[in-house]
Amino acid sequence: MEILSQVLQLLFSGLTVGSIYALIAIGFVVIYNVTGVLNFAQGEFAMFGAMICISLVGMGLPLLAAVILTILIVSVIGGLFERLAIYPARNSSVPTLIIITIGVSIAFRGIAILIWGTQPYALQPFTENNPIRILNAVLLPQNLWAIGISLVSVFAMVYFFNKTYIGKAVTACVVNKFAARLMGINPEKMSLLSISMSAGIGALAGIVIAPISGASYGMGMMLGMKAFVAAVIGGLTNAPAAILGAFLIGILESFTEGLWSSGLKDAVSFAMLLLILFLKPEGLFAKASGKRV
Amino acid sequence: MLKVDNLHTYHDYLHVLKGIHFELNEGEILAILGSNGAGKSTLLGTLAGVYAPREGNITFKGEDITQDGVQKVVSKGICLVPERRQIFNSISVRDHLLLGAYHRYKRDKKTIQQDYENVIEMFPRLKQMLDRPGGLLSGGEQQMLAIGRGLMARPQVLMLDEPSLGLAPLIVRDIMGILRRLCEEMGTTIILVEQNVKAALKVADRACVLAHGRIEISGTAEELMQDSSIQEAYFGKSKKAKKAT
Repeated sequence: MEILSQVLQLLFSGLTVGSIYALIAIGFVVIYNVTGVLNFAQGEFAMFGAMICISLVGMGLPLLAAVILTILIVSVIGGLFERLAIYPARNSSVPTLIIITIGVSIAFRGIAILIWGTQPYALQPFTENNPIRILNAVLLPQNLWAIGISLVSVFAMVYFFNKTYIGKAVTACVVNKFAARLMGINPEKMSLLSISMSAGIGALAGIVIAPISGASYGMGMMLGMKAFVAAVIGGLTNAPAAILGAFLIGILESFTEGLWSSGLKDAVSFAMLLLILFLKPEGLFAKASGKRV
Repeated sequence: MLKVDNLHTYHDYLHVLKGIHFELNEGEILAILGSNGAGKSTLLGTLAGVYAPREGNITFKGEDITQDGVQKVVSKGICLVPERRQIFNSISVRDHLLLGAYHRYKRDKKTIQQDYENVIEMFPRLKQMLDRPGGLLSGGEQQMLAIGRGLMARPQVLMLDEPSLGLAPLIVRDIMGILRRLCEEMGTTIILVEQNVKAALKVADRACVLAHGRIEISGTAEELMQDSSIQEAYFGKSKKAKKAT
C-alpha cells in the first residue's frame, strides 16, 4: 500500500510537470511546422507568462483578468518576436535562425532581470488548495488545474488546426507553402499567427506552474529545454506525439527524483534526448521520413 | 483582357523571359508551347505574381498588375494551377476545394458553398472521395482536384502549367475536354502551358511557341498545327517526309 501510494504520488507529480511541458512542446511543434525554426525562446514565453501575471495580480487585478491579459500581452510579445527576429531572417539558413532564437532567449532573460530582478516570486493557487488524498498520495487542486488546462488547451489546438478554416490554411502552409500562396494564403501572416498563438500557450503554461513551483527570471530555460526534448521524442512534426513525449518526460523525471536522486532528474531527460537522437532521430512516434532532427 | 508588354524576368542573374509580348482575349484558350527551359513556367509564374519582372508591363482589364504579389493577383481574378499539381498530401479533397476559395472566404461565404457544389458536380470522381487525403489520389484525380481548387477562386483567367504531365492519354483527353467545357460553358479564359503539343492545339483557340525566353511563333491553333516548323519540331515530320506522303 505504501509503495502504491508512493507510485501514485510520483505519477501525479509527473503528470503535472508533464502537462506543463506539453503546453510548451506544442508551441515548439507548431512553430517548427509552420516556419521550420526550432524556437529556443519558447520557454521564455512561459517565464513571461508567470512573471507578468504575478505583477498584474500584485497591482490588484483579479486573477482571471490577469490571466487573460497576460496571455494577450505575451501573444503580442510573440508577434513582435516573429516580425522583428524571425521574419527579417526568413531566408536565412536553419542554423542562423536557431542562433537568433537563442539570442532572443538570452535577451528575454536579461529584460526579465531588469524588470523583476533575480528573486523568486509566487502566484496564488487558482482555487482553495486543500490537499486531496488518494490512498495516502496527496494531490493538490492546482495539480488538477495544470493537467486539466493543459488537456483542454491541447484539444483546442488540435481542433483549431483540424476543424477551423484558418487552422486548415495554416496546415496548408505547413504542407506546401508554394501551393498555399497560389490560393491567396499568406504564409508570412500564418507564421505570425502561429507564433503569437504558441507564445500565448507558452504563457498559459507559465501561469499554471507558477503556483506550484514559483517563478523567476530563469525558469524558462529549463522548461523550454525539457519541452524541446518532448517535441523531439514526438518527432517535431507530430503534436499529439509531442504531448505524449511531454508526459513521458514528466513521469520519468518524477520517478527519478523520487526513487533515485533529485540531482539526476535533468540528466535523465537529456539522456533520453541523446538516446532518441542516436537510435530513432525521426522521433519515437514518427514514421521514417528521411528528415532528421 | 490581359496584355503583356515587353516582359523581362530574371532568376538571379539568369535572363529567362526576354521581352514577351502577347494579348489574351476574353473567353479564349491560349496555348503556350515550348520545350524544357523555354521559360513557360516562368511566364506563368510572372503573370501569377510569383516572380516580379524586372522590366515590362502586365495589364489586366485595364489595370496594371505588374508588381502585384500572388495574393493580389488571385483576388483580381487570375489563378495558377501549378506544374505537378502541388497537392496538399494530408488535406482532404473537401478541404482542398474549400481552401481554394481562401482569398474570398471572409466576404463571400454564401457563394463558396454553392461554388463547391458546382465543382464537385463537374468532377464526379472527386465527389466519391471527399474525405480522402489528396496524397492518396491518382495522378489524374489530383489534376482534377488541382483544377477544381483553382476554380474555387472564381478566376476570370485560369492558367494551367502542364496539366497533362505524367498522365495517361485517356486522362489527358478528359482533362482537355474539361478545359474546353470551362471555356465554353463558364466563359473562363484559359492560358494552357503544355509540352503535349497535339493535345494543346486540339483544345486551344490560339497558340504561341516560346523558345529561349522569346515568343518565336504565334497564331491560331489551326495555323500552328499546319506550320512546317511545328510539324518538324513536335510531330517529327520533316519536309522530305511530308513531300513523300
